[in-house]
Amino acid sequence: MSTLYDEIQEVRALYPVSRSATLPALRLAQERYGWLSEEAFREVAKALDETPAYCMAVASFYDMYHLKPVGRHLVEVCTNIPCALVGAQQVLEAFESELGVRAGETTEDGEVTLRTVECAGGCGWGTVVAVDHRYRERLTAGDVPAIVEGIRSEAGNAS
Amino acid sequence: MPAEQFLVLAGAEGGRLLTKLADYRAVGGFEALAKARTMEPAQVVQEILDSGLRGRGGAFFPTGRKASFLAQGTGKPTYLVVNADESEPGTFKDREIMFTVPHRLIEGCLITAHAIGSDRVFIYIRGEYLHEFEVIKAALEEVHGANLLGGVTIVLHRGAGAYICGEETALLESLEGKRGQPRTKPPFPAVAGLYASPSLINNVETIATVPKILELGAKEYAKIGVPPDSSGTRVFSLSGNVVNGGNYELPMGVTLRELIYDVGGGIPNGRELKAVIPGGSSVPVLTARQIDVPLDAGSMAEAGSMLGSGAIVVIDDRCCMVQLGLRVAQFYMHESCGKCTPCREGTRWMVQILESIEAGTASEGDLDLLLDVCDRILGKCLCPLGDAAAMPVASYIDKFRAEFRDHLDGGCPMQGESSLENVLAPVDQHTHDPVAEVPA
Repeated sequence: MSTLYDEIQEVRALYPVSRSATLPALRLAQERYGWLSEEAFREVAKALDETPAYCMAVASFYDMYHLKPVGRHLVEVCTNIPCALVGAQQVLEAFESELGVRAGETTEDGEVTLRTVECAGGCGWGTVVAVDHRYRERLTAGDVPAIVEGIRSEAGNAS
Repeated sequence: MPAEQFLVLAGAEGGRLLTKLADYRAVGGFEALAKARTMEPAQVVQEILDSGLRGRGGAFFPTGRKASFLAQGTGKPTYLVVNADESEPGTFKDREIMFTVPHRLIEGCLITAHAIGSDRVFIYIRGEYLHEFEVIKAALEEVHGANLLGGVTIVLHRGAGAYICGEETALLESLEGKRGQPRTKPPFPAVAGLYASPSLINNVETIATVPKILELGAKEYAKIGVPPDSSGTRVFSLSGNVVNGGNYELPMGVTLRELIYDVGGGIPNGRELKAVIPGGSSVPVLTARQIDVPLDAGSMAEAGSMLGSGAIVVIDDRCCMVQLGLRVAQFYMHESCGKCTPCREGTRWMVQILESIEAGTASEGDLDLLLDVCDRILGKCLCPLGDAAAMPVASYIDKFRAEFRDHLDGGCPMQGESSLENVLAPVDQHTHDPVAEVPA
């Protein structure tokens, strides 16, 4: 398996100016470690010839980078206006009750983090929920138990 | 019923996927590129100018003119950057273009690159669009394998979750590996854009329209829609309280009524239409009485709104307009990059005032205070993000002032029955926790 350092060098080569690889490099680190710890920032910084502070400053600007640990699975419910008009809050509450956590929290077993997100870009097919970055569309509260069961059984198989 | 016209979308019933190169070529794909490559670059730019094509991202600037601004003879490379950071609430058209006809976007990139003499294209795709990224990546590999790139390198660059990166100079900052904060202009990107080189930045739908312009010829394309200012089709994103939400490609000039009732099947659950957001959440609202307005730039301006990104959000009578304003303001507060004070602080003030109106603790003067805050944001920042909060909220007060006033005495008259009741915005989750606590 290639090292994070090597993967980042490959991405740097795509750009005329290698700082452009900052966002992809942070993503690679997050895919590897699940979140961006101080250690991860040091590693990314070294591979990019930047400072850890620079990498942290960039990462903290963007919503998709996790600056603290998250669950192995991520459930993101869009609650922007088009989804909200067709029941996104009810979908969110169904996830809260099925998972036993509030939005912004992670289940006790560390498996699932639930959060709300701004417009996911599936407005005509709301409510949109991204499960591990894969969009599920036209969801209603009634669809939630099966989705949670799917996530849990996958989690069970993996362990 | 207005007929869909497929110049950009894949067409056909059931959302046919044209994701394979062979399928795209079977419907004439990449013939426009071959034609363009027999033409002088300046001729191609002239075709785009003559077609009347305007930017489909929301600003509606003439595409050919934008290309003609590119600085020449600088000794630096010229870059084409595709804005695929679609994030305006209500908008999901670019996503459908990308996952159904990725080759059309790529063909448009290659034609445009030829027109402006660029051999390096960057497609900045929003980070959440993972599936679309994969589809375009696979399509690019096919195009590469078929030797169609003609020496042009196309780099797919994924964003990481920031609405502001749809603003073109913020996008360039982000693409350069920085925080996505807008730049001061001038210099404009046509002079000093990506890596301080001349750069053309176009939206996905705009670029994906270019092959059809070459195929039909500029004169024929320009006749579609409402020439001369609103030529062509638009991919309208229809959402909210409407039976058939989805993307519909129609000639500009179709009315809101036709789109909502004939194409969209009307309002579900026997509810009444209350309001329509006609161009993404950043534009002024229209009332139910205004839906005979044609969707072209001139008519929309007359009606006091904008076509924006072509996103039509239909709102039925269960929606509290104060809650709508609050949710809009929360979004823009969350997405403000923090660079300009009127936007960073103003959107916060807007949220606070709207919360107090909704809670029934505001006074009549607070409505004017809110309008005053909007006015102090409008036009006073480097980019239009603050305007995008101020314009719609001011329009809600303007058009639904009685409903706002009803809140002053004891809170929301809908008494918990609004469709947006208690909806949780991400901003409430402290997703921007500081990495280090500030010492006491």
